[in-house]
Amino acid sequence: MVTDLSPGIDAQTAGSFPGARRPDRRRTVDAAGIDISVVEWGDIDHPALVMAHGGFDFAETLNVFAPKLAAGGWRVVSWDQRGHGDSAHAHLYSWEADQRDAAAVIATLPPTPMPFVGHSKGGSLVMHLANALPHRISALVNLDGLPSGRAMTDVSEHERTRMLRREMSAWLDHRRTLVGKQRKPGTIEELAERRGRMNPRLDPKWLQYLVTVGATELPDGWRWKIDPTLRMGGFGPWRPEWSMLRLPGIGAPVMGILGMDLELMGWGTRPEDVVPYLPPGARFEALNGVGHFVHIEQPRMVADLVLEFLS
Amino acid sequence: MTERTSVLRHNRVDLALHRLSEGEGRPLLLLHGLGECTPETVPDFLTWSGPVLGLDFTGHGRSTVPVGGGYTSEILVGDVDAVLTEVGAVTILGRGLGAYVGLLIAAARPELVRGVVLTDGPGLVGGGVHPGSPLLPYPAPGPVVPPDPFALLELSRDVRPPDYAQNYARYAVEGSNLDEPLWVSTVVRPEWVVAISDEPGVGRGSISQGLLRYAAAD
Repeated sequence: MVTDLSPGIDAQTAGSFPGARRPDRRRTVDAAGIDISVVEWGDIDHPALVMAHGGFDFAETLNVFAPKLAAGGWRVVSWDQRGHGDSAHAHLYSWEADQRDAAAVIATLPPTPMPFVGHSKGGSLVMHLANALPHRISALVNLDGLPSGRAMTDVSEHERTRMLRREMSAWLDHRRTLVGKQRKPGTIEELAERRGRMNPRLDPKWLQYLVTVGATELPDGWRWKIDPTLRMGGFGPWRPEWSMLRLPGIGAPVMGILGMDLELMGWGTRPEDVVPYLPPGARFEALNGVGHFVHIEQPRMVADLVLEFLS
Repeated sequence: MTERTSVLRHNRVDLALHRLSEGEGRPLLLLHGLGECTPETVPDFLTWSGPVLGLDFTGHGRSTVPVGGGYTSEILVGDVDAVLTEVGAVTILGRGLGAYVGLLIAAARPELVRGVVLTDGPGLVGGGVHPGSPLLPYPAPGPVVPPDPFALLELSRDVRPPDYAQNYARYAVEGSNLDEPLWVSTVVRPEWVVAISDEPGVGRGSISQGLLRYAAAD
Protein backbone atom coordinates (compact mmCIF):
# COMPACT_ATOMS: atom_id res chain seq x y z
CA MET A 1 0.00 0.00 0.00
CA VAL A 2 1.29 3.46 -0.84
CA THR A 3 0.48 6.51 1.22
CA ASP A 4 1.54 10.15 1.14
CA LEU A 5 2.67 11.04 -2.32
CA SER A 6 3.61 14.56 -1.27
CA PRO A 7 6.37 16.01 -3.40
CA GLY A 8 9.57 17.28 -1.89
CA ILE A 9 10.84 17.29 1.66
CA ASP A 10 11.09 19.97 4.25
CA ALA A 11 14.47 21.48 3.52
CA GLN A 12 14.45 23.94 6.39
CA THR A 13 17.15 22.23 8.38
CA ALA A 14 19.10 20.57 5.59
CA GLY A 15 22.63 21.74 5.07
CA SER A 16 24.32 21.80 1.73
CA PHE A 17 27.10 19.90 0.00
CA PRO A 18 28.42 20.33 -3.52
CA GLY A 19 26.39 18.20 -5.92
CA ALA A 20 23.91 17.04 -3.28
CA ARG A 21 20.22 17.17 -4.07
CA ARG A 22 17.52 15.96 -1.76
CA PRO A 23 14.95 13.56 -3.25
CA ASP A 24 12.35 14.90 -5.64
CA ARG A 25 9.58 12.83 -4.10
CA ARG A 26 8.90 10.97 -0.89
CA ARG A 27 6.22 8.42 0.01
CA THR A 28 5.56 5.69 2.51
CA VAL A 29 5.02 2.02 1.75
CA ASP A 30 3.32 -0.27 4.24
CA ALA A 31 5.44 -3.44 4.42
CA ALA A 32 3.41 -5.85 6.56
CA GLY A 33 2.72 -3.07 9.04
CA ILE A 34 6.15 -1.44 8.94
CA ASP A 35 6.18 2.05 7.41
CA ILE A 36 9.00 2.14 4.88
CA SER A 37 10.09 5.58 3.73
CA VAL A 38 10.65 5.64 -0.03
CA VAL A 39 12.42 8.46 -1.87
CA GLU A 40 12.86 9.14 -5.56
CA TRP A 41 15.01 11.25 -7.84
CA GLY A 42 14.28 11.93 -11.49
CA ASP A 43 11.27 12.08 -13.75
CA ILE A 44 8.50 9.81 -12.52
CA ASP A 45 7.84 8.74 -16.13
CA HIS A 46 11.39 7.55 -16.68
CA PRO A 47 12.19 3.84 -16.29
CA ALA A 48 12.61 2.85 -12.67
CA LEU A 49 15.93 1.81 -11.10
CA VAL A 50 15.94 0.64 -7.50
CA MET A 51 18.91 1.20 -5.22
CA ALA A 52 19.47 -0.25 -1.75
CA HIS A 53 21.69 1.49 0.79
CA GLY A 54 24.16 -0.24 3.08
CA GLY A 55 23.83 -1.12 6.76
CA PHE A 56 23.75 1.89 9.10
CA ASP A 57 23.30 4.18 6.07
CA PHE A 58 20.03 5.64 4.81
CA ALA A 59 18.56 6.56 1.44
CA GLU A 60 19.68 10.17 1.58
CA THR A 61 23.32 9.09 1.66
CA LEU A 62 22.62 8.85 -2.08
CA ASN A 63 21.97 12.58 -2.40
CA VAL A 64 25.00 13.07 -4.65
CA PHE A 65 25.07 9.72 -6.43
CA ALA A 66 21.37 9.24 -7.20
CA PRO A 67 20.88 12.60 -8.98
CA LYS A 68 23.69 11.63 -11.37
CA LEU A 69 21.83 8.41 -12.26
CA ALA A 70 18.60 10.38 -12.55
CA ALA A 71 20.29 12.80 -14.94
CA GLY A 72 21.11 9.76 -17.09
CA GLY A 73 17.39 9.17 -17.63
CA TRP A 74 16.40 7.01 -14.69
CA ARG A 75 13.71 7.27 -12.04
CA VAL A 76 15.90 6.33 -9.09
CA VAL A 77 13.92 4.75 -6.27
CA SER A 78 15.46 4.04 -2.89
CA TRP A 79 14.12 3.41 0.58
CA ASP A 80 15.22 3.53 4.18
CA GLN A 81 15.53 -0.02 5.44
CA ARG A 82 13.49 -0.71 8.57
CA GLY A 83 15.00 1.07 11.55
CA HIS A 84 17.06 3.35 9.29
CA GLY A 85 16.43 6.95 8.24
CA ASP A 86 12.75 7.83 8.19
CA SER A 87 11.41 4.27 8.18
CA ALA A 88 9.75 2.85 11.25
CA HIS A 89 11.72 1.35 14.11
CA ALA A 90 10.64 -2.28 14.29
CA HIS A 91 10.26 -4.84 17.03
CA LEU A 92 12.52 -7.22 15.15
CA TYR A 93 15.16 -7.06 12.42
CA SER A 94 16.33 -9.81 10.12
CA TRP A 95 17.74 -10.40 6.68
CA GLU A 96 14.51 -11.99 5.53
CA ALA A 97 12.48 -9.03 6.82
CA ASP A 98 14.74 -6.61 4.92
CA GLN A 99 14.15 -8.59 1.73
CA ARG A 100 10.41 -8.58 2.27
CA ASP A 101 10.38 -4.82 2.90
CA ALA A 102 12.36 -4.28 -0.31
CA ALA A 103 9.93 -6.45 -2.25
CA ALA A 104 7.05 -4.35 -0.89
CA VAL A 105 8.72 -1.24 -2.35
CA ILE A 106 9.39 -2.93 -5.68
CA ALA A 107 5.75 -4.04 -5.81
CA THR A 108 4.70 -0.38 -5.97
CA LEU A 109 6.69 0.18 -9.19
CA PRO A 110 5.68 -0.58 -12.78
CA PRO A 111 5.73 -4.32 -13.51
CA THR A 112 8.47 -4.17 -16.13
CA PRO A 113 11.93 -5.53 -15.18
CA MET A 114 14.28 -2.87 -13.80
CA PRO A 115 17.91 -2.53 -12.69
CA PHE A 116 18.72 -3.38 -9.08
CA VAL A 117 21.66 -1.47 -7.61
CA GLY A 118 22.97 -1.91 -4.08
CA HIS A 119 25.87 -0.86 -1.92
CA SER A 120 27.46 -3.03 0.79
CA LYS A 121 24.63 -4.79 2.67
CA GLY A 122 22.31 -3.33 0.03
CA GLY A 123 24.42 -4.99 -2.66
CA SER A 124 24.00 -8.33 -0.99
CA LEU A 125 20.30 -7.60 -0.51
CA VAL A 126 19.68 -6.95 -4.21
CA MET A 127 21.67 -10.07 -5.08
CA HIS A 128 19.21 -12.11 -3.02
CA LEU A 129 16.26 -10.19 -4.50
CA ALA A 130 17.54 -10.96 -7.97
CA ASN A 131 17.12 -14.64 -7.13
CA ALA A 132 13.78 -14.27 -5.38
CA LEU A 133 12.29 -11.93 -8.03
CA PRO A 134 14.03 -12.87 -11.29
CA HIS A 135 11.04 -11.57 -13.24
CA ARG A 136 11.54 -8.04 -11.86
CA ILE A 137 15.25 -7.52 -12.61
CA SER A 138 16.82 -6.31 -15.86
CA ALA A 139 20.38 -5.77 -14.56
CA LEU A 140 22.27 -6.03 -11.27
CA VAL A 141 24.92 -3.63 -10.05
CA ASN A 142 26.73 -4.50 -6.84
CA LEU A 143 28.81 -1.73 -5.25
CA ASP A 144 31.31 -3.26 -2.81
CA GLY A 145 28.63 -5.57 -1.50
CA LEU A 146 30.21 -8.91 -2.25
CA PRO A 147 30.92 -10.57 1.07
CA SER A 148 34.01 -12.59 1.85
CA GLY A 149 35.18 -14.63 4.79
CA ARG A 150 38.64 -13.23 4.20
CA ALA A 151 38.46 -10.81 7.13
CA MET A 152 39.11 -13.66 9.56
CA THR A 153 41.35 -15.95 7.55
CA ASP A 154 44.45 -15.06 9.56
CA VAL A 155 42.75 -15.90 12.85
CA SER A 156 43.25 -19.36 14.33
CA GLU A 157 40.25 -21.60 14.85
CA HIS A 158 40.67 -21.44 18.62
CA GLU A 159 40.88 -17.65 18.62
CA ARG A 160 37.92 -17.40 16.25
CA THR A 161 35.88 -19.49 18.69
CA ARG A 162 36.86 -17.17 21.52
CA MET A 163 35.91 -14.15 19.42
CA LEU A 164 32.52 -15.61 18.60
CA ARG A 165 31.87 -16.33 22.26
CA ARG A 166 32.82 -12.80 23.21
CA GLU A 167 30.63 -11.40 20.46
CA MET A 168 27.69 -13.53 21.58
CA SER A 169 28.00 -12.38 25.17
CA ALA A 170 28.48 -8.77 24.12
CA TRP A 171 25.38 -8.96 21.92
CA LEU A 172 23.27 -10.30 24.79
CA ASP A 173 24.71 -7.72 27.18
CA HIS A 174 23.69 -5.08 24.65
CA ARG A 175 20.17 -6.54 24.45
CA ARG A 176 19.86 -6.13 28.21
CA THR A 177 20.36 -2.37 27.90
CA LEU A 178 17.82 -1.62 25.19
CA VAL A 179 14.68 -0.64 27.07
CA GLY A 180 14.22 3.10 26.58
CA LYS A 181 17.55 3.44 24.81
CA GLN A 182 18.08 6.65 22.80
CA ARG A 183 20.75 7.91 20.46
CA LYS A 184 23.25 10.20 22.15
CA PRO A 185 22.55 13.88 21.36
CA GLY A 186 25.21 16.24 20.10
CA THR A 187 26.10 19.02 17.76
CA ILE A 188 26.31 18.51 14.03
CA GLU A 189 30.08 18.37 14.34
CA GLU A 190 29.93 15.79 17.15
CA LEU A 191 27.57 13.48 15.27
CA ALA A 192 29.70 13.82 12.14
CA GLU A 193 32.82 12.99 14.14
CA ARG A 194 31.14 9.87 15.55
CA ARG A 195 30.09 8.72 12.10
CA GLY A 196 33.57 9.49 10.85
CA ARG A 197 34.92 6.67 13.03
CA MET A 198 33.04 4.22 10.78
CA ASN A 199 33.65 6.26 7.61
CA PRO A 200 37.20 7.56 8.10
CA ARG A 201 37.83 8.15 4.40
CA LEU A 202 34.83 10.41 3.87
CA ASP A 203 34.98 14.20 3.79
CA PRO A 204 34.04 15.68 7.21
CA LYS A 205 31.91 18.26 5.39
CA TRP A 206 29.95 15.42 3.79
CA LEU A 207 29.46 13.77 7.16
CA GLN A 208 28.23 17.07 8.60
CA TYR A 209 25.82 17.38 5.70
CA LEU A 210 24.54 13.86 6.40
CA VAL A 211 23.69 14.89 9.96
CA THR A 212 21.32 17.51 8.60
CA VAL A 213 19.43 14.94 6.50
CA GLY A 214 19.86 11.81 8.63
CA ALA A 215 19.41 13.16 12.13
CA THR A 216 16.70 15.03 13.97
CA GLU A 217 17.26 18.27 15.84
CA LEU A 218 15.74 18.19 19.32
CA PRO A 219 16.06 20.67 22.21
CA ASP A 220 19.07 18.80 23.61
CA GLY A 221 20.84 18.48 20.26
CA TRP A 222 20.89 16.36 17.12
CA ARG A 223 20.25 12.62 17.23
CA TRP A 224 20.71 10.16 14.37
CA LYS A 225 17.34 8.79 13.26
CA ILE A 226 18.59 5.22 13.10
CA ASP A 227 17.02 2.90 15.66
CA PRO A 228 19.20 3.11 18.78
CA THR A 229 18.64 -0.57 19.42
CA LEU A 230 20.52 -1.57 16.25
CA ARG A 231 24.07 -2.69 16.74
CA MET A 232 26.91 -3.74 14.46
CA GLY A 233 27.77 -7.41 14.58
CA GLY A 234 25.60 -9.97 16.31
CA PHE A 235 25.67 -13.70 15.89
CA GLY A 236 23.95 -16.23 13.69
CA PRO A 237 24.62 -19.03 11.24
CA TRP A 238 25.07 -16.77 8.18
CA ARG A 239 28.27 -17.27 6.20
CA PRO A 240 29.59 -15.22 3.29
CA GLU A 241 29.45 -18.00 0.73
CA TRP A 242 25.67 -18.19 1.13
CA SER A 243 25.43 -14.74 -0.41
CA MET A 244 28.06 -15.39 -3.05
CA LEU A 245 26.21 -18.53 -4.14
CA ARG A 246 23.33 -16.28 -5.16
CA LEU A 247 25.54 -14.65 -7.82
CA PRO A 248 26.32 -17.28 -10.49
CA GLY A 249 22.69 -18.04 -11.29
CA ILE A 250 21.57 -14.49 -11.99
CA GLY A 251 20.28 -14.35 -15.55
CA ALA A 252 20.30 -10.57 -15.95
CA PRO A 253 23.52 -8.69 -16.82
CA VAL A 254 25.71 -8.24 -13.73
CA MET A 255 28.31 -5.65 -12.86
CA GLY A 256 30.34 -5.82 -9.66
CA ILE A 257 32.42 -2.90 -8.43
CA LEU A 258 34.95 -3.36 -5.66
CA GLY A 259 36.81 -0.62 -3.78
CA MET A 260 40.36 -1.91 -3.34
CA ASP A 261 41.34 0.15 -0.28
CA LEU A 262 40.33 -1.84 2.78
CA GLU A 263 38.48 -0.14 5.60
CA LEU A 264 36.42 -0.87 8.70
CA MET A 265 32.96 -1.03 7.12
CA GLY A 266 34.05 -3.19 4.19
CA TRP A 267 34.28 -6.96 3.97
CA GLY A 268 37.88 -7.24 2.84
CA THR A 269 36.82 -8.89 -0.40
CA ARG A 270 39.48 -9.24 -3.12
CA PRO A 271 38.90 -9.79 -6.85
CA GLU A 272 39.95 -13.43 -6.60
CA ASP A 273 37.10 -13.95 -4.10
CA VAL A 274 34.57 -12.66 -6.61
CA VAL A 275 35.66 -13.80 -10.04
CA PRO A 276 34.82 -17.52 -9.58
CA TYR A 277 31.23 -16.60 -8.76
CA LEU A 278 30.55 -14.18 -11.63
CA PRO A 279 27.89 -15.36 -14.09
CA PRO A 280 28.84 -15.61 -17.78
CA GLY A 281 29.35 -12.20 -19.37
CA ALA A 282 29.46 -10.35 -16.08
CA ARG A 283 31.51 -7.20 -15.80
CA PHE A 284 33.81 -6.61 -12.85
CA GLU A 285 35.63 -3.41 -11.90
CA ALA A 286 38.21 -3.17 -9.12
CA LEU A 287 38.84 0.48 -8.24
CA ASN A 288 42.29 1.23 -6.89
CA GLY A 289 42.60 4.06 -4.39
CA VAL A 290 38.91 3.86 -3.50
CA GLY A 291 37.46 2.56 -0.24
CA HIS A 292 34.23 0.79 0.64
CA PHE A 293 31.93 3.74 -0.14
CA VAL A 294 32.77 3.75 -3.85
CA HIS A 295 29.69 5.75 -4.84
CA ILE A 296 30.35 8.44 -2.25
CA GLU A 297 34.11 8.73 -2.74
CA GLN A 298 33.87 8.73 -6.54
CA PRO A 299 30.25 9.50 -7.43
CA ARG A 300 30.97 10.78 -10.93
CA MET A 301 33.18 7.88 -11.93
CA VAL A 302 30.89 5.21 -10.45
CA ALA A 303 27.73 6.80 -11.86
CA ASP A 304 29.36 6.88 -15.29
CA LEU A 305 30.29 3.22 -14.98
CA VAL A 306 26.73 2.32 -13.99
CA LEU A 307 25.12 4.46 -16.69
CA GLU A 308 27.40 3.09 -19.35
CA PHE A 309 26.71 -0.48 -18.18
CA LEU A 310 22.95 0.08 -18.18
CA SER A 311 22.99 1.69 -21.59
CA MET B 1 -2.29 -12.20 32.81
CA THR B 2 -2.87 -14.33 35.88
CA GLU B 3 -1.25 -13.62 39.23
CA ARG B 4 1.21 -16.36 38.38
CA THR B 5 2.32 -14.56 35.26
CA SER B 6 4.86 -11.78 35.28
CA VAL B 7 5.92 -9.55 32.41
CA LEU B 8 9.54 -9.10 31.38
CA ARG B 9 10.72 -6.59 28.85
CA HIS B 10 13.06 -7.53 26.00
CA ASN B 11 13.67 -4.40 23.96
CA ARG B 12 10.18 -3.50 22.67
CA VAL B 13 8.59 -6.84 23.45
CA ASP B 14 6.70 -7.78 26.62
CA LEU B 15 7.39 -11.39 27.50
CA ALA B 16 5.04 -13.50 29.59
CA LEU B 17 6.80 -15.60 32.22
CA HIS B 18 4.43 -18.07 33.87
CA ARG B 19 4.96 -19.67 37.26
CA LEU B 20 3.40 -23.14 36.99
CA SER B 21 4.37 -24.47 40.41
CA GLU B 22 6.18 -23.47 43.56
CA GLY B 23 9.12 -25.23 45.13
CA GLU B 24 12.47 -24.86 46.79
CA GLY B 25 15.67 -24.53 44.84
CA ARG B 26 16.67 -23.75 41.32
CA PRO B 27 13.79 -23.14 38.87
CA LEU B 28 13.11 -25.34 35.90
CA LEU B 29 12.35 -23.19 32.85
CA LEU B 30 10.13 -24.68 30.15
CA LEU B 31 10.75 -23.44 26.60
CA HIS B 32 7.93 -24.38 24.27
CA GLY B 33 8.04 -25.46 20.64
CA LEU B 34 7.32 -23.38 17.55
CA GLY B 35 3.72 -22.20 17.54
CA GLU B 36 3.08 -23.45 21.05
CA CYS B 37 2.95 -21.62 24.35
CA THR B 38 3.58 -22.45 27.99
CA PRO B 39 1.21 -25.21 29.20
CA GLU B 40 -1.44 -24.35 31.80
CA THR B 41 -0.06 -26.85 34.26
CA VAL B 42 3.13 -28.77 34.87
CA PRO B 43 3.17 -31.79 32.52
CA ASP B 44 2.41 -35.06 34.31
CA PHE B 45 5.64 -36.74 33.29
CA LEU B 46 7.74 -34.04 34.86
CA THR B 47 9.24 -34.21 38.35
CA TRP B 48 11.10 -31.20 39.72
CA SER B 49 11.41 -30.06 43.33
CA GLY B 50 12.01 -26.38 42.56
CA PRO B 51 9.61 -23.92 40.98
CA VAL B 52 8.57 -24.62 37.40
CA LEU B 53 8.44 -21.60 35.10
CA GLY B 54 7.41 -21.26 31.48
CA LEU B 55 8.34 -18.52 29.02
CA ASP B 56 6.18 -17.54 26.06
CA PHE B 57 8.61 -16.59 23.29
CA THR B 58 8.15 -13.38 21.33
CA GLY B 59 5.03 -13.69 19.16
CA HIS B 60 3.70 -16.66 21.14
CA GLY B 61 1.19 -17.17 23.96
CA ARG B 62 0.72 -14.00 25.96
CA SER B 63 3.88 -12.27 24.78
CA THR B 64 3.84 -9.35 22.35
CA VAL B 65 3.18 -10.13 18.71
CA PRO B 66 5.66 -7.92 16.81
CA VAL B 67 4.72 -5.98 13.72
CA GLY B 68 6.22 -7.10 10.42
CA GLY B 69 8.11 -10.24 11.44
CA GLY B 70 11.89 -10.50 11.53
CA TYR B 71 12.29 -13.61 13.69
CA THR B 72 15.48 -15.55 14.22
CA SER B 73 16.32 -18.18 16.81
CA GLU B 74 19.06 -15.88 18.01
CA ILE B 75 16.60 -13.14 18.96
CA LEU B 76 14.72 -15.69 21.07
CA VAL B 77 17.97 -16.31 22.94
CA GLY B 78 17.58 -12.70 24.07
CA ASP B 79 14.10 -13.60 25.38
CA VAL B 80 15.60 -16.33 27.56
CA ASP B 81 18.40 -14.04 28.66
CA ALA B 82 15.72 -11.63 29.96
CA VAL B 83 14.47 -14.48 32.18
CA LEU B 84 17.97 -15.20 33.44
CA THR B 85 18.36 -11.53 34.32
CA GLU B 86 15.16 -11.73 36.36
CA VAL B 87 15.41 -15.10 38.11
CA GLY B 88 19.07 -16.07 37.94
CA ALA B 89 20.27 -19.60 37.30
CA VAL B 90 17.84 -22.13 35.85
CA THR B 91 17.71 -25.60 34.36
CA ILE B 92 15.99 -25.67 30.98
CA LEU B 93 13.62 -28.20 29.45
CA GLY B 94 13.23 -27.25 25.79
CA ARG B 95 10.75 -28.63 23.26
CA GLY B 96 11.50 -28.41 19.54
CA LEU B 97 12.39 -24.80 18.82
CA GLY B 98 12.85 -24.36 22.57
CA ALA B 99 15.44 -27.14 22.56
CA TYR B 100 17.48 -25.31 19.91
CA VAL B 101 17.19 -21.99 21.74
CA GLY B 102 18.16 -23.83 24.92
CA LEU B 103 21.36 -25.00 23.26
CA LEU B 104 22.24 -21.44 22.19
CA ILE B 105 21.58 -19.87 25.59
CA ALA B 106 23.56 -22.63 27.32
CA ALA B 107 26.51 -21.57 25.23
CA ALA B 108 25.95 -17.85 25.74
CA ARG B 109 25.34 -17.94 29.51
CA PRO B 110 26.91 -21.18 30.75
CA GLU B 111 27.21 -19.86 34.29
CA LEU B 112 23.44 -19.30 34.53
CA VAL B 113 22.15 -22.31 32.60
CA ARG B 114 22.49 -25.37 34.82
CA GLY B 115 21.70 -27.99 32.23
CA VAL B 116 19.44 -28.17 29.19
CA VAL B 117 17.28 -31.17 28.34
CA LEU B 118 16.49 -31.16 24.63
CA THR B 119 13.23 -32.85 23.68
CA ASP B 120 11.09 -33.40 20.60
CA GLY B 121 8.58 -30.77 19.55
CA PRO B 122 7.54 -28.36 16.81
CA GLY B 123 10.40 -26.45 15.26
CA LEU B 124 13.09 -28.96 16.17
CA VAL B 125 14.26 -29.46 12.61
CA GLY B 126 14.31 -25.83 11.50
CA GLY B 127 15.02 -24.92 7.89
CA GLY B 128 17.76 -27.44 7.13
CA VAL B 129 21.50 -27.07 7.05
CA HIS B 130 21.82 -24.37 4.39
CA PRO B 131 19.51 -21.80 2.80
CA GLY B 132 16.91 -23.16 0.43
CA SER B 133 15.59 -21.61 -2.75
CA PRO B 134 15.07 -17.86 -2.43
CA LEU B 135 11.60 -17.09 -1.25
CA LEU B 136 9.88 -14.07 0.23
CA PRO B 137 7.32 -15.68 2.49
CA TYR B 138 4.22 -13.79 3.56
CA PRO B 139 1.63 -15.20 5.91
CA ALA B 140 -1.95 -15.50 4.77
CA PRO B 141 -3.98 -12.36 5.48
CA GLY B 142 -6.01 -12.44 8.64
CA PRO B 143 -6.11 -11.24 12.22
CA VAL B 144 -2.69 -11.25 13.85
CA VAL B 145 -3.05 -13.36 16.96
CA PRO B 146 -0.48 -15.56 18.62
CA PRO B 147 1.24 -17.56 17.45
CA ASP B 148 2.41 -14.90 15.02
CA PRO B 149 2.17 -16.25 11.45
CA PHE B 150 5.51 -14.60 10.71
CA ALA B 151 7.07 -16.63 13.53
CA LEU B 152 5.68 -19.84 12.06
CA LEU B 153 7.01 -18.96 8.62
CA GLU B 154 10.40 -17.55 9.52
CA LEU B 155 11.41 -19.87 12.32
CA SER B 156 10.49 -22.97 10.32
CA ARG B 157 12.99 -21.73 7.68
CA ASP B 158 15.70 -20.98 10.23
CA VAL B 159 18.94 -22.51 8.92
CA ARG B 160 20.85 -24.72 11.36
CA PRO B 161 24.23 -25.86 10.07
CA PRO B 162 25.59 -28.81 12.07
CA ASP B 163 28.96 -27.16 12.67
CA TYR B 164 27.21 -24.06 13.99
CA ALA B 165 25.28 -26.13 16.54
CA GLN B 166 28.43 -28.08 17.33
CA ASN B 167 30.27 -24.85 18.18
CA TYR B 168 27.53 -23.91 20.62
CA ALA B 169 27.66 -27.31 22.25
CA ARG B 170 31.39 -26.84 22.73
CA TYR B 171 30.93 -23.35 24.18
CA ALA B 172 28.36 -24.74 26.62
CA VAL B 173 30.63 -27.56 27.72
CA GLU B 174 33.70 -25.33 28.04
CA GLY B 175 31.84 -22.71 30.03
CA SER B 176 29.97 -24.97 32.43
CA ASN B 177 31.25 -26.88 35.45
CA LEU B 178 28.64 -29.59 34.89
CA ASP B 179 29.98 -32.82 33.41
CA GLU B 180 27.20 -32.90 30.84
CA PRO B 181 25.47 -29.51 30.57
CA LEU B 182 23.46 -30.68 27.54
CA TRP B 183 21.18 -33.71 27.56
CA VAL B 184 19.63 -35.00 24.34
CA SER B 185 16.30 -36.78 24.80
CA THR B 186 14.94 -36.37 21.29
CA VAL B 187 13.79 -39.28 19.18
CA VAL B 188 13.93 -37.14 16.05
CA ARG B 189 17.53 -36.37 15.14
CA PRO B 190 17.95 -33.59 12.60
CA GLU B 191 21.52 -33.00 11.51
CA TRP B 192 22.20 -30.34 14.12
CA VAL B 193 21.11 -32.73 16.88
CA VAL B 194 23.25 -35.53 15.44
CA ALA B 195 26.19 -33.13 15.36
CA ILE B 196 25.96 -32.26 19.04
CA SER B 197 24.99 -35.72 20.28
CA ASP B 198 28.48 -37.13 19.81
CA GLU B 199 30.23 -34.20 21.45
CA PRO B 200 31.99 -34.80 24.77
CA GLY B 201 29.89 -33.33 27.56
CA VAL B 202 26.57 -34.06 25.89
CA GLY B 203 24.51 -36.74 27.63
CA ARG B 204 21.81 -38.88 26.10
CA GLY B 205 18.84 -40.58 27.69
CA SER B 206 15.30 -40.04 28.84
CA ILE B 207 13.89 -36.72 29.97
CA SER B 208 13.55 -38.03 33.52
CA GLN B 209 17.17 -39.13 33.60
CA GLY B 210 18.31 -35.72 32.42
CA LEU B 211 16.23 -33.81 34.94
CA LEU B 212 17.29 -36.10 37.76
CA ARG B 213 20.92 -35.43 36.93
CA TYR B 214 20.46 -31.65 36.84
CA ALA B 215 18.32 -31.61 39.97
CA ALA B 216 21.23 -33.17 41.84
CA ALA B 217 23.70 -30.58 40.58
CA ASP B 218 24.52 -27.47 42.62
